[in-house]
Amino acid sequence: MIAFLGKRLLQAVVVMLILSLIGFAIQDNLGDPLREMVGQSVSEQEREALKDKLGLNDPFLEQYWRFLKKAVKGDLGTSYFFKEPALDVILKKLPATLELVFGATLVIIFLSVPLGVYSAIKPNGWFSKAIMGFSTIGISIPVFLTAIMLVYVFAIELNWMPSFGRGELVHVVGYWETGFLTGDGLLHLVLPSIALASIMLPLFIRLIRSEMLEVLHAEYVRFAWAKGLAKYRVWFIHALKNTLLPIVTVGGVQIGTMVAYTILTETVFQWPGMGFMFLEAINRADIPLIQAYLIVVGLIFVITNTIVDLIYGLIDPTVNVTGGSK
Amino acid sequence: MKRGVTLMASVALAATMSFGAVAKTLKMAYDADPVSLDPHEQLSGGTLQLSHMVFDPLVRWDRNLKVEGRLAERWERIDDKTVRFFLHKGVKFHSGNELTALDVKWTFNRLRTSPDFKAIFAPFDAVKVVDKYTIDLVTAEPYPLTLNAATYIFPMDSKFYTGFDNNNKSKDALVKHGSSYASTHASGTGAFMVTKREQGVRVDFKRFDQYWDKKSPGNVKEIVLNPIKEAPTRVAALLSGDVDFIAPVPPTDLDRIKKDPKVDLVTISGTRIITFQLNQQRVEAFKNPKVRQAIVYAINNEGIAKKIMRGFATPAAQQSPKGYSGFNPNLKPRYDLNKAKQLMKEAGYEKGFSVTMMAPNNRYVNDAKIAQAAASMLAKINIKVDLKTMPKAQYWAEFDKRAADIMMIGWHSDTEDSANFTEFLLMCPDKETGFGQYNSGNYCNPEVDKLVIQSGKETDAAKRAAMLQKVEQMLYDDAAFVPLHWQDLAWAAKKNVKIDPIVNVMNFPYLGDLVIE
Repeated sequence: MIAFLGKRLLQAVVVMLILSLIGFAIQDNLGDPLREMVGQSVSEQEREALKDKLGLNDPFLEQYWRFLKKAVKGDLGTSYFFKEPALDVILKKLPATLELVFGATLVIIFLSVPLGVYSAIKPNGWFSKAIMGFSTIGISIPVFLTAIMLVYVFAIELNWMPSFGRGELVHVVGYWETGFLTGDGLLHLVLPSIALASIMLPLFIRLIRSEMLEVLHAEYVRFAWAKGLAKYRVWFIHALKNTLLPIVTVGGVQIGTMVAYTILTETVFQWPGMGFMFLEAINRADIPLIQAYLIVVGLIFVITNTIVDLIYGLIDPTVNVTGGSK
Repeated sequence: MKRGVTLMASVALAATMSFGAVAKTLKMAYDADPVSLDPHEQLSGGTLQLSHMVFDPLVRWDRNLKVEGRLAERWERIDDKTVRFFLHKGVKFHSGNELTALDVKWTFNRLRTSPDFKAIFAPFDAVKVVDKYTIDLVTAEPYPLTLNAATYIFPMDSKFYTGFDNNNKSKDALVKHGSSYASTHASGTGAFMVTKREQGVRVDFKRFDQYWDKKSPGNVKEIVLNPIKEAPTRVAALLSGDVDFIAPVPPTDLDRIKKDPKVDLVTISGTRIITFQLNQQRVEAFKNPKVRQAIVYAINNEGIAKKIMRGFATPAAQQSPKGYSGFNPNLKPRYDLNKAKQLMKEAGYEKGFSVTMMAPNNRYVNDAKIAQAAASMLAKINIKVDLKTMPKAQYWAEFDKRAADIMMIGWHSDTEDSANFTEFLLMCPDKETGFGQYNSGNYCNPEVDKLVIQSGKETDAAKRAAMLQKVEQMLYDDAAFVPLHWQDLAWAAKKNVKIDPIVNVMNFPYLGDLVIE
């Protein structure tokens, strides 16, 4: 196990190095950050002087080396726009994004399990067909369109939900302020969570349905029927439990993907998380912040994948996590 | 006359006051928030909007582009080089310190060290304190735009910004891309104090109890500013009632907002001109005035304003918008395809030629669509356009390189004056003087240069206006550039929020004077 962890750590470092290199390599194509930082009538000489001061005129390798030396110490540079360490900016935005992902996860769990199970039990019922049809549409509508439609219907026309932002927050600890503890905060979570969930929801409904269908045809379920067990016991205890194992692992990996998808959702809802911040950073050519974001999100992916691998190993001992010979 | 107006205003005010000035909170959403609390860090719309709320200037523009007094009660021109300003007495800063001429001098000297504001204050030689409430602004040469520059002087509390902060940095430090005391703390004389600020997410303001302008009808006690970048989200926030006031309103939603009975839409013709520049250094044909004219005749800018901008733009034939001294009323947009074809023929380019064009796709309203439309219009006179659009972060680097034969540029005059357009966009490019810094067309006409430079020293307003109008005429005749339109401005608010009197063409709503019923 320790050998495995060590190996994964080494892999992680290599992945991070490559990510940082890519982040650096694209910086020249991101545009000129100075234009966002100065007024229109500032002369070219003046801008060049500022560029020198920021170290943007140094050779690529020199800049990269300087970046790496600092990064090792946990310093990912200072955001041009926020004028704070880039890592701090991201850590401040992280709770908002995680809460949104958590909200979306809740939506997915509470909708996909019953809907998936139902459509597996009654595969030919009209409601099942409706669910499947709906999920096909769901897959093909882009997130931002779903989000805009939600705002239009529930915020503008019905006026039930707020249209943007996080609402009232309660301070928990450090940079973490939560919207889960106030009514207003919870209301603000509803629409963005649904919008974000809409990407994954159809996938999970289909996944649960097909897994469940398979399990329902398994030998032991037939045996359970033969024993004359109550149908709910067969469905939910015997079948569902075994359905969920693979779903959980898929879900773990998808959380990382969801963090990436927050960019669109957060932009539409003006959600002050790091996805929205990232898009803004690109618009402003805020290079240190873009690089820090790539590294942090890369890290989230690496960590979740490692954890998923570990859990997989724990659940299913036949998976050889150590990679050694048996 | 002026006294009469003031008297009437105070009567009107007394009338409204008697109905009770109830404390009101304004929730507003702009597309961006200021980058810093330091009014001298960046010359941008966001900074100026903040400055008008928190700091208050010596003088400011009114709706008709006339100058009105703020902290300066009145002013007089003593000679060609000197304007004397008389300050209101007893004006308090948020810290409780009293505003004096020394604060104005301190602020002025700090402004001259700011990379962004330096250019505006370059003509000035000195600032002289006459007495506690009187100050002279002196220029090196006779200078007509002293008042225009004074709209940028937002006195800062010199005592408040003196000393050292917790990081042992000087409190008056002007840091362009880093954290400083002034970028996170503010003490001005303005109607509002910043109480909380989370950059990019929210800024909270509270009305300053000791605000000097007691005549102001403004009754807003608190303001919550949420920057909302996405236009559809901003509009949704207003229509759903989550905010009271939004700016800017995107052209696509104008109709929807107009129809909604709960909200008011206010639009004004703007002062930002959108143009194409034709690079004479890269394309031989562009050296021929007939070709340039043909292009101007071929591009239907009235059509663009109507169809692409949805009427949300004023078609232009010159740079100066109405109200500017150089505005020449004789110049009319020219669109005439036959004339364009004929001019091409006369110039010997009947068969046409190929050119490249570049435009940003997120800088001006509908910029990429305008460029596409223009490209297809040019195809009709056999000019084949290879168009490339890109985000502004990348566009400006290309613009500096003069990377295409035709480039789009929009310009708003920092001084609200006509000469500024020509100085930056059309004077012969000169690295030394900085003239023509944004002249990607390489248009160069020594006569135009001479007139613009002369106008910079002419303090007789009528004579000066005549010069600048002549400049516009010459540029028009020469087809020095392709004028498209001035972008209109639009704001929207709930019916009970009376924004009409407080918005203006510079796009700094005077929120201190805002009345909410």
